[in-house]
Amino acid sequence: MNAWFADPTTLLLGALAGLVFGFLLFKGGVTSFNVIVNQFRLTDFTVLKVMLTAIIVGGLGIYGMRAIGMDIAMHVKGTELLGNTLGGLIFGVGMVLLGYCPGTAVAAIGSGSRHAIVGVLGMLVGAGIYAEMYPWVNEHILGVGSIGKVTIPEQIGISPFALLIPLAVLAAFLMPQLAGGRSTTAA
Amino acid sequence: MSSNQAVRFLREPRWSPYLVGALLGVLSWITFATMNSALGTSTTMVRAAGGVERLVAPEHVQSEPYFVKYLGTAAEPKPMFEWQFALVIFMAIGAFIAARLSGPIKGEYVPELWRQRFGNSVPARMLWAFVGGIILIIGARMAGGCTSGHGLSGGMQLSTSGWIFLGAMFASGVPTAFLLYSKLNRESKGGAS
Repeated sequence: MNAWFADPTTLLLGALAGLVFGFLLFKGGVTSFNVIVNQFRLTDFTVLKVMLTAIIVGGLGIYGMRAIGMDIAMHVKGTELLGNTLGGLIFGVGMVLLGYCPGTAVAAIGSGSRHAIVGVLGMLVGAGIYAEMYPWVNEHILGVGSIGKVTIPEQIGISPFALLIPLAVLAAFLMPQLAGGRSTTAA
Repeated sequence: MSSNQAVRFLREPRWSPYLVGALLGVLSWITFATMNSALGTSTTMVRAAGGVERLVAPEHVQSEPYFVKYLGTAAEPKPMFEWQFALVIFMAIGAFIAARLSGPIKGEYVPELWRQRFGNSVPARMLWAFVGGIILIIGARMAGGCTSGHGLSGGMQLSTSGWIFLGAMFASGVPTAFLLYSKLNRESKGGAS
């Protein structure tokens, strides 16, 4: 097997999905440092609106396609209570300092952010550091509270729609009350 | 919709966050149904870092179990440029096209909000962007994913790990932002009163 390139079809499909993903992130305003930091300052809820809508529409579609019998594989990541929590806490600090998450940083490079380039260089260095830390982290953190590739509806024994539909109703009432969206100036 | 209206729409600098969110949901249906993949970003940083390290110190990369996990061994290598790597590179191109359609692209060295709080210094902004990037990816890899893999893809599958990650990300991000920008908050409140 080739150490560098996957087959051309896989790469082409990934490229197409990436083109659309990056295009949408910009149009949503989330390639802007100000929009992302202001989400964490709770003064602009654009990030929450984009993410929550994507989660609801994506979830209804994926579970819906499976419900009508389409053969669609799930891609659930393993739950490691300590690793997910600690990693998420560290991630939140880094996201506020950088003003982007990994995906929006890459997209922001395309829309002109020069400091996002430096941020991505930091990520590459960080990935190298994490690879050095990994044996220790794996032994002491990742195993703690490892309960496998589970979903919330599986764990509480209900249909995914019993969560997605109330979430959609709640979001539809809540989100319009929150500031943020097209009126905010994009960077 | 006439073609004129379509062009005007594509040139708008911002779309409704609900429209963008819904389209990201639909994009996920397509990647799940036709590409057997979920949107994600941060694993690519590991593959890229390992790929670069492999060029200069191949034996060392071989000895790191974390790189072996994603890039394989010398005898059985796994490709560095795979689906997600192509996705990530083309995310920058997609955002470039979107930005270019709505006007000329201006290089941003110090974002407005940062300038208001921390001043004009480009090296200071670059230093903290770099440090932020390091912290961010260590967190993402410890958690097993980032805002796209855990947040979007995990969130929509209602995965337990995805929702824990989202909760933790806001639980530390909000106090960090309040601490870093509290001076700005006081000033703007002072100005209003």
